[in-house]
Amino acid sequence: MLAYLIRRLLYAVPILIGVNLITFALFFVVNTPDDMARMQLGVKRVTPEAIERWKAERGYDKPLFINPAATGSAVFTDTIFFAKSARMFAADFGRAEDGRDIAREIVSRMGPSLAIALPTFILGLLVTVSFALLLTFFRASYLDFWGVVLCVAMMSISGLFYIIGGQYLVSKLWRLVPISGYGGGLEAWKFLILPVLIGVISGIGSSTRWYRTIFLEEISKDYVRTARAKGLAEAAVLFRHVLQNAMIPILTGVVVVIPLLFMGSLLTESFFGIPGLGSYTIDAINAQDFAVVRAMVFIGSVLYIVGLILTDLSYTLVDPRIRFQ
Amino acid sequence: MMTPVVLWSDVLIWLLVLAASVLGWLSRRNPLLRAAWQRVGRSRAGMASATVLLVFVCIGLLDSLHYRPRLEDSAGRGTGTSSEKTAVYSVEVLSLLDFLLTPLRTRTEKTYSEPLATRAHAKESIEIRDADGQLRQSRDYPRLKHGGAHLGSDEARRDADVAERVLRALGLAMLVWWMLAAATAALLARRQNCSHRQAWRRIWHNESDLACNAVLAAIAALLLCGLPLAILASDYHVFGTDKVGQDVLYQVLKSVRTALVIGLVTTLVMLPVAIFLGIVAGYFRGWIDDLIQYLYTTLSSIPGVLLIAAAVLMMQVLIDTHPQWFATAAERADLRLLALCCILGVTSWTGLCRLLRGETLKLRELEYIQAAQAFGVSDLRIIARHILPNLMHIVIIALVMDFSSLVLAEAVLSYVGIGVDPTMISFGTMINNARLELAREPMVWWSLAAAFVFMFTLVLAANLLADAMRDAFDPRLAGSA
Repeated sequence: MLAYLIRRLLYAVPILIGVNLITFALFFVVNTPDDMARMQLGVKRVTPEAIERWKAERGYDKPLFINPAATGSAVFTDTIFFAKSARMFAADFGRAEDGRDIAREIVSRMGPSLAIALPTFILGLLVTVSFALLLTFFRASYLDFWGVVLCVAMMSISGLFYIIGGQYLVSKLWRLVPISGYGGGLEAWKFLILPVLIGVISGIGSSTRWYRTIFLEEISKDYVRTARAKGLAEAAVLFRHVLQNAMIPILTGVVVVIPLLFMGSLLTESFFGIPGLGSYTIDAINAQDFAVVRAMVFIGSVLYIVGLILTDLSYTLVDPRIRFQ
Repeated sequence: MMTPVVLWSDVLIWLLVLAASVLGWLSRRNPLLRAAWQRVGRSRAGMASATVLLVFVCIGLLDSLHYRPRLEDSAGRGTGTSSEKTAVYSVEVLSLLDFLLTPLRTRTEKTYSEPLATRAHAKESIEIRDADGQLRQSRDYPRLKHGGAHLGSDEARRDADVAERVLRALGLAMLVWWMLAAATAALLARRQNCSHRQAWRRIWHNESDLACNAVLAAIAALLLCGLPLAILASDYHVFGTDKVGQDVLYQVLKSVRTALVIGLVTTLVMLPVAIFLGIVAGYFRGWIDDLIQYLYTTLSSIPGVLLIAAAVLMMQVLIDTHPQWFATAAERADLRLLALCCILGVTSWTGLCRLLRGETLKLRELEYIQAAQAFGVSDLRIIARHILPNLMHIVIIALVMDFSSLVLAEAVLSYVGIGVDPTMISFGTMINNARLELAREPMVWWSLAAAFVFMFTLVLAANLLADAMRDAFDPRLAGSA
């Protein structure tokens, strides 16, 4: 088990290096730092001195990979690649355009992101799995048919409309909760309840349909027929046998996203003005803050890989047949 | 009178039409695929949504033939043949759809107006000549320049006029539909050699090979919605006007092309890469497989939105620092749209590639391929003759399944600010502009509602067709159905 874990972790290293190289190529090879400076300072009427100053302030004035001017190990360390890309492995993301340390900013913004993403995730999972079980229980009936129709219709509505519509109805028309904002402590709940609710509702369509397909596939297997032949009630078959055996495909899709919950949701956070990582990313995109976007890409990949490893580990919990050598 | 302009996305979209026809022709010869298409043809939900989608595709295709009109006054400047040489063309790039919708495009108001309104949405100071013949300032809702202009001063007649037009349109819709239905029945009667009455029965009881009743029902719904819109749109702003006074109906129709380009061209861009790498990895295995697996694991481990954001940011820098590459604003917007398609393609090919690799791994162990190898058939030939045709169902399913999610993604990306060019009309930019209008007093809701209705119809139709096609093409599901 431990050996397997170590091997998986080692396997993650080349992938992270790959991610690092891709982001580096994207940010520094497609466009030179000169282009970025010109973009930031305004394309027209920009002096070469201003560009040089901009680059020097941010440390973009070094060579890309090899610095022939330096001596010793500084040949490799005094370069853009080492300073901007390789140091991400040490959680050193540098500074944002406003001069703040990105790593500290990320740590302080994880809380609000998690406060929205975690309840949405748990509640959403409960609601969709129960709804899918309900549809499976009444399969091939009118309830099932119209349930699926409802799911397809809900899938076809853009997430933007859920948020705009929800904000309009609940906050503007009924004035139940504030439209947007965030508060610390216990007061936070009234800012959180609407985004969580909307997040759950907007996810119902596609997830329910997905779980229903899994359950239906499971229910046509032999052991279910045996269970029924034993005289078990249909509810017992569903909850005791089908749900347990459907755990593997469900976990495959679910566990991967758990670490990514830290990243928050871009849309929800920016619509509701929540100071999490999602709105941080959006602000960085709009302000063209390349350092922040680079850091978020790297962290996102790390979290995704952690999610993959967790998925494999979670299989052992639900399926005793799976052992790792 | 005009000079044709060929935008890159036009080329790709017409290429796609060509590819679809070639694929259709090829699948006629392949018995398995032909059977699958026949299953799609029998699915009622599938055929109804295909009809609706066809209308959207036609709008998109009309909008994909571009030209630059010649400026009026330039013709008069020179004399004789020299005017031909020095003809000045407008920098504005128009499409065939723009030409057909000229009244909608050119009749702009000053600012917001409600659907079917004759007066503007907000009060303004206007000068009225009163009874004494003197100019007087007053605050009132100003009369629209074009909305209901044919009514003249008799604005109270608007409701009656609208009702009359709608009734006339519904009557016309019914007439057209009856003619279509009768033609279908006559065709069926001739083909199956039965009486008209029997043909009608077969259509309505769904006994024919095609789900004709679903198609006819969809056409009826389209006619009943579309004809009143068309007849009203000639003199009113059916969906109102937006902040700069542009007709919302025109914007919605223009958005369709953007959505189609994003949904279809993205797949076209990624398909060759995914197919090639997937088959090569699965067929040759060994270090090639390791390399390709590493490539797609790495790419798929970057969360999609972030990779798109990073790539689009860099593309913006590239476009903004090289303005000399683009002759017109439309070309710039078009290239940006294409770049967005490529970026979306880069993030979405990994899933299909993984599926194709797995399937190829399974296929290459089958007897008939081993027999082909034993006969000394070259690898290339085995892949082209024996493996590729057997992967087609996965490709087709992936193509239709991706479409709706890509259309939805466009709206979100445009909202985040990493989507299409802000000057390009799309559902995303429409929603983005309309978002703040809900907060106005009195509320401006029509842009959002129009975008919602059209986008919902498009995506719903795509989802239903995707389901029907997956059921028909997936061999696991086809057996049970």
